[in-house]
Amino acid sequence: MGTVYHGQPWFGQRLAEKHDFLRERVLMNVQQRSGSGPLVQSPRSPSSQSPYLTVSVSDPAKMGNGVQAYISYKVITKTNLPEYEGPEKIVIRRYSDFVWLRDRLFEKYKGVFIPPLPEKSTVEKFRFSAEFIEMRRQALDVFVNRIASHHELQQSEDLRIFLQADEQTMERARSQETGIFKKKPADLMQIFKDVQSKVSDVVLGKEKPVEESNPEYEKLKNYIFQLEDHLAEAQKHAYRLVKRHRELGQSLSDFGKAVKLLANCEGNVLGKAFTELGAKSEILSIKLQKEAHHLLMNFEEPLKDYVRAVQSIKATIAERANAFRHHYELAEAIKFKEIDMNKLRLTRSEKLGEAEHEYEELKADGAEAARRFDRIVKLMNEEIVRFQEQKTLDMGLAFHEFAKGQARLANSIAEAWRSLLPKLEACSSA
Amino acid sequence: MMGYENQGYEEAHLYTPKEQMSSIVLADDPSPPSNGSKSFNDDPLSSSSQFVDIPTDDTDPLRSPPSKKSLNPSNSSINSILEPPSYAEAVFRSFDLDSVDSADINGQDHSALASPSFSSTYLKISVSDPLREQELSGSLVPGGNSYISYLITTFTNMPEFNGTEFNVRRRFKDVVTLADRLAENYRGPDKSVVESQVMQTNEFVEQRRAALEKYLRRLASHPVIRGSEELRVFLEASGKMTLVRTTDVASRMLDGAVRLPKQLIGGNGGAADMGEVTQPAKGGRDLLRIFKELKQSVTNDWGGAKPPIVEDDKEFLERKEKLQDFEQQLVNVSQQAESLVKAQQDIGETMGQLGLAFVKLTKFETEEAIYDSQRARAADMKNVATAAVKASRLYRELNAQTVKHLDKLHEYLGVMLAVNNAFSDRSSAFLTVQTLLSDLSSLHSRIEKLEAASSKIFGGDRSRIRKIEELRETVRVTEDAKNSAVREYEQIKNPKNVNVEVFLDDDSDIDVDGSDGDETIDLENE
Repeated sequence: MGTVYHGQPWFGQRLAEKHDFLRERVLMNVQQRSGSGPLVQSPRSPSSQSPYLTVSVSDPAKMGNGVQAYISYKVITKTNLPEYEGPEKIVIRRYSDFVWLRDRLFEKYKGVFIPPLPEKSTVEKFRFSAEFIEMRRQALDVFVNRIASHHELQQSEDLRIFLQADEQTMERARSQETGIFKKKPADLMQIFKDVQSKVSDVVLGKEKPVEESNPEYEKLKNYIFQLEDHLAEAQKHAYRLVKRHRELGQSLSDFGKAVKLLANCEGNVLGKAFTELGAKSEILSIKLQKEAHHLLMNFEEPLKDYVRAVQSIKATIAERANAFRHHYELAEAIKFKEIDMNKLRLTRSEKLGEAEHEYEELKADGAEAARRFDRIVKLMNEEIVRFQEQKTLDMGLAFHEFAKGQARLANSIAEAWRSLLPKLEACSSA
Repeated sequence: MMGYENQGYEEAHLYTPKEQMSSIVLADDPSPPSNGSKSFNDDPLSSSSQFVDIPTDDTDPLRSPPSKKSLNPSNSSINSILEPPSYAEAVFRSFDLDSVDSADINGQDHSALASPSFSSTYLKISVSDPLREQELSGSLVPGGNSYISYLITTFTNMPEFNGTEFNVRRRFKDVVTLADRLAENYRGPDKSVVESQVMQTNEFVEQRRAALEKYLRRLASHPVIRGSEELRVFLEASGKMTLVRTTDVASRMLDGAVRLPKQLIGGNGGAADMGEVTQPAKGGRDLLRIFKELKQSVTNDWGGAKPPIVEDDKEFLERKEKLQDFEQQLVNVSQQAESLVKAQQDIGETMGQLGLAFVKLTKFETEEAIYDSQRARAADMKNVATAAVKASRLYRELNAQTVKHLDKLHEYLGVMLAVNNAFSDRSSAFLTVQTLLSDLSSLHSRIEKLEAASSKIFGGDRSRIRKIEELRETVRVTEDAKNSAVREYEQIKNPKNVNVEVFLDDDSDIDVDGSDGDETIDLENE
């Protein structure tokens, strides 16, 4: 499972372990829930004959220059599934390839909560900062693995292309405008927004003629919308907390330096005491910066991921509304057509044959629309259960990391000052 | 920055009331919260067993319980946690040197605070007995103007005062004068309280009396001002107040300009007054003297000619430099301490806000829960929220402690002000002596020249002889002035040295009580 992680030593280890843990949880959870689809297990499991599919995203590298520059990632697939070139395949992908995958899955698997992608970066200078790149890499890794362990999504042809195709094919696919998939990310965003507003209209009870009258579903929609607000607030404070840690670290460092300078003005004993005080402050400053980073990656990012996941659900809600409307409209059209046909029968018109033919077509379309809608409903029902369970696990881990980090920090701080006291005691007696 | 709350800041560490804390049930709560006591036995740091024993290796949280850090779900309802920390109650005092809050705090509870470390003196002032009095001389309006005077009673054991008890009558205007003088030389309490309009009604008088008393008490507890000459004169000297109206530059210059022509033209008008030379020229009204000393100092700095005497006390110069350096570093540390305290406050606040956000989330998930996974998550969130809110309160307590201890720095800065004055007094006195000596030597050489010239004229040159007589008179006066200045200088030179020694040794007070030892964030202990 050796995946390569860039970055400073202090978080690499932790991240790898956390990530493995997450992956295991995801996989085990999926296994428990569904029996269908190819069995996906961690290769650590005893029976290595059973099928597995694991992916990792690593080694971010800057490519190109100037405005055209972008980051590429190594995507390593380890599998023994027959459809894939095993046991290991490495491809190079960039962010827009991931976006392509997400869009295709969203189109094809309506009803499934597609795993969320990290945002496109808006601020130019932040785009290539080490921290941003690392956060993105982590999020992309989680994204792909969630897809690979989802019993529906993992069967997707697009996933296979994404994981296996060579770079030229991938680029072609990405820029290809194939019929109904001809949607650029910007367009998609617009559609999402339209759909979101339509959905919120529905939720707010504005007059929209066609909507499901399903009280349970209404409750779910309400829940999702409010949940997003609550989570966004928590995430905002979490991000601020990270900043505060950094600020405190900086203050302590400045303070330590100033105290050390003051030490030079003092006599022997007192000067030493001051120097010690300054040194401890600087040590603690480093610990604080470390904790700030840990907090960012292991607490704030999971919260942000949660928010994104909820937004993805909102998109699915919109799709369901579309499907319902389509199904309903066809049902209405069929009813009218029946009335028409009966009229034509009574008048023994020649148009009856044509009408009957159209009628049959409509009925076929109607059946198809109904099927699609029902499928979405069924999938969503499964997804929501899976989603809740997954989130409880994810947040449980995040909370654990949060508490652990804070306790560790507090311990360091107490230890530093505690160790300073005896040295100061020596001074007071002098 | 948080606004300064008008309560004694030594109460801050007692703030986090146990009642509020106990609603959040904890498993391990062995010792009562430290109340900032300075004994090393009973501070939380000495008992390491209470500390969270978080495994440093990454264990699977689902396989092993997350450790002794008491995340027991509270038995009480969520609403008891919803009581938000009210940040307005955080006692936070601005550390800004230019603020006058230090005097406020000191003024509130003078006796409860540790007095400046090198004296245990008191200075108690009360204002009472308003009386209407007539303005006596020099009033243009027939019948005179009347004003209100207050009886100012002082009890003190400070050595600077000639006695222990004084009763003087002062009017509001006198206090304004005192305030102005102090404002020029010190950083002191806000004098807006004494800058009000003129009105004479009963309740206004009472208001004024109270304001005056409050203001004078603040002065009395300011570490530097309480020992000032101006305050002493104000409190002690019976009869009319002798403090000169103001030393502000404009009025001084005006007064000085009036005298200047006479000084330049007339004979003895140019000699420095013996009494005046004991004060530095800069703050005075004698323009000519100011110019002369300015010229002398320029000569000292730039001129090729050697001044008559040179500050030869190497030790003094060294010490001066050391102290300047020390002051610089002290200012620096004080500023960093200020931003450190702010950073601590911020992190505590944000932690609290995060906790509140999770409280809301918990409530939401609990109400809307359909699946067990949601309930489990809500329980986790509640624990996190509880811990975060608690941590936020701990940060607040920590900050109160930090402020209290690092405040020593601020005290020392106040004292540095007095030290600087002492050093500059000496330098000024020295400059005065130098100037006078220079004056003398130029006078002597003029006399010589005149004598030489006059001796060439047979029978003597009457005008020149008269001139020589005048100059000799000037020399005499200047000699007296010089002697007075030298005496002053010597006086400054000696006792101040001793004070500096004492002052430097007292630095050992900084930090010994483990001022920064209280920066502990302990999730288990309150």
